[in-house]
Amino acid sequence: MDLAYFLQQLINGVTLGSVYGLIAIGYTMVYGIIGMINFAHGDIFMVGAFIALISFILFALTSIALPIVLLLTLLIAMVFTACYGWTVEKLAYKPLRKSFRLAPLISALGMSIVLQNYVQAAQGARIKTLQPVIQGGFTFLEDTGFTVSLSYLQIFIILVTIFLMAVFTLLITRTALGRAQRACEQDRTMTALMGINVDRTISITFIIGSSLASVAGMMFVMYYGVIDFYIGFLAGIKAFTAAVLGGIGSIPGAMLGGLLIGLIEVFWSGYISIEYKDIAAFTVLVVVLIFYPTGFLGKPDIEKV
Amino acid sequence: MRKNFLYSSIKDSLFTGLIALALFGPIVGLRTVAKNEVLVVSPKWFIVLVIVIVCALGRFLTNLYIYNRDQKFGIQSTIGKSITNFLDTKGTQIALSAIIFSVIFPFLPFTDRYLMDIAIMMLTYIMLGWGLNIVIGLAGLLDLGYVAFYAVGAYSYALFAIHFGWSFWICLPIAGIFAAMFGVLLGFPVLRLRGDYLAIVTLAFGEMIRILLLNWYQLTKGPDGLTGIPRPSFFGLPFKSFPDEGEQTFHTFFGLEYSPMQRIIFLYYLILVLALITNLFTIKIRRLPIGRAWEALREDEIACKSLGVNPRNTKLTAFAIGAMFGGFAGSFFATRQAFISPESFTFIESAIIVAIVVLGGMGSQTGVVLATVFLIGLIEVFRDFESYRMIAFGGAMVLIMIFRPRGILATRKPTITLQKKEATK
Repeated sequence: MDLAYFLQQLINGVTLGSVYGLIAIGYTMVYGIIGMINFAHGDIFMVGAFIALISFILFALTSIALPIVLLLTLLIAMVFTACYGWTVEKLAYKPLRKSFRLAPLISALGMSIVLQNYVQAAQGARIKTLQPVIQGGFTFLEDTGFTVSLSYLQIFIILVTIFLMAVFTLLITRTALGRAQRACEQDRTMTALMGINVDRTISITFIIGSSLASVAGMMFVMYYGVIDFYIGFLAGIKAFTAAVLGGIGSIPGAMLGGLLIGLIEVFWSGYISIEYKDIAAFTVLVVVLIFYPTGFLGKPDIEKV
Repeated sequence: MRKNFLYSSIKDSLFTGLIALALFGPIVGLRTVAKNEVLVVSPKWFIVLVIVIVCALGRFLTNLYIYNRDQKFGIQSTIGKSITNFLDTKGTQIALSAIIFSVIFPFLPFTDRYLMDIAIMMLTYIMLGWGLNIVIGLAGLLDLGYVAFYAVGAYSYALFAIHFGWSFWICLPIAGIFAAMFGVLLGFPVLRLRGDYLAIVTLAFGEMIRILLLNWYQLTKGPDGLTGIPRPSFFGLPFKSFPDEGEQTFHTFFGLEYSPMQRIIFLYYLILVLALITNLFTIKIRRLPIGRAWEALREDEIACKSLGVNPRNTKLTAFAIGAMFGGFAGSFFATRQAFISPESFTFIESAIIVAIVVLGGMGSQTGVVLATVFLIGLIEVFRDFESYRMIAFGGAMVLIMIFRPRGILATRKPTITLQKKEATK
């Protein structure tokens, strides 16, 4: 019973952690390249969830096979959400690149309010429910009295996350684009002198971050089946916590942090108290920032006079 | 050359239209509605078409007429500068006349219950803005969880008043002290953090307080909220239409006709006095060593450290004092509403207060007033368009940051500057 319960929580935690990890990558990449907390990123994730939801509803009217529906929805969500990320960067952050440090953060806060209320106005304030898209799964350890189940959906989520992680890690470490991004992180002026289009590189960073967040949104809507315009706020803070925990600026760190936050949240709900599950994430955030601000895989931030 | 420019602007606006279509097509154009428990999509292509055309056309026109010229944002900065200049020279007179106006406001002929309610609400926000201005404007710490202190003040006031039956004037300082204690409690560990990290942690703290209030049912009654919070009395004289046996009320004591407006007017003056105290306190403390240390820390922390200013203690006092005023405002809120629930202390309240301070120009006391009148007025005017007004609100925050990142009144003058050296000595 105990082992089974533990295993079940572990499975749920890893699934949730994948979602957080995908959002956290967006935070970490943006922080790495322009040193700002993209407060609206959680709401980009929410927009992605809505686009995935709409896409699922539309495909439900047709008779396309499930794997193709999943693939198409994934692509649709990524493309349309990437447009949001790109536009937000162009409108709200790009003009502020040379402004004082808190200006982009406040602008991002405003953008987050705009996105939330825009979706509320356009899609209505009521929660949206989606019929399960992928059903069924494996069950095991049935003889112990507590059934552990691993649904196909969870396998799908974890596999897609691993796949995307691998693709984007290759993108960052092996391609010219990745090199340009890493160069921008180190020194934007020098990078520009070397003939790299810094604005374009930053835009692409936002596009990548937003499309990964939209994948997370798609998984969220499939996994929970219920979304509203407000989900981005909490998910955003938790993913940010994940990014900090893993070491902000580090992509493997974001994934690691996401997994840890997912596990912490699920185990806290399973063993301590479900009402205070959000407090768990916030406490981790506060504790990590105070005692371990560089995170697990981050580089220390040296302050120069 | 000219033709080339026209061609590229057309291309650019078509691209804008395409982006607008991608942005608004799915979210606005395909509204999901629940029909018999199942979500279906109801298309709204006409609105999308209008938006796309407006975006493309707008882009085309701005390309032709605005970006074409050299002086980009000339108008904005001149307007801002002239406002700043005007307030610099006439600042005292304007402040005085504003105070006189607010003192006689309840007795003006056009003042009715609705206007009074809005005025009280605005004054509450002005007070909160002035309180937060100590933290953001003077000490330069972006606090996104200010509403937590407002909530602590409101709840501690309500709990003391309900359970012990203490009067407003005893509970008010207690609530302030409680809020200040929470400020220290939060501030102690987190003030080492850099600006944006601090912002996120304070935000998390604000949410933690709200979740706690929501779930600690024995103490706070959770989502049901606390009811029956005692109304304030005029130095022991309650505002009641039917007094109990042998009890003196406000209108019997002064031999007046009973009117519900009496209590409203009293509440109005109460918050006016509280707000003015906050303002006076800030103006005075800016000229004391601690206030100077706040401003110095805001400008350069490392320089301060090397000159022997203890950054932690200095920031902590700013946090505690800011929190205390938040607590005062909270207890006023509790006594005015006579009902509080965690609903009133969501993140959006923090965002509104931060927006007031930032929009007004961080550190500017007059700016807070102007921004409050503007923002709360905006919210009131568009009362019936709940989400649209918040879109405008968020959009205003972004625009202000782009065009006037230091706020409407972007003075940020240090209260003390190095004087020219005298020749002798």
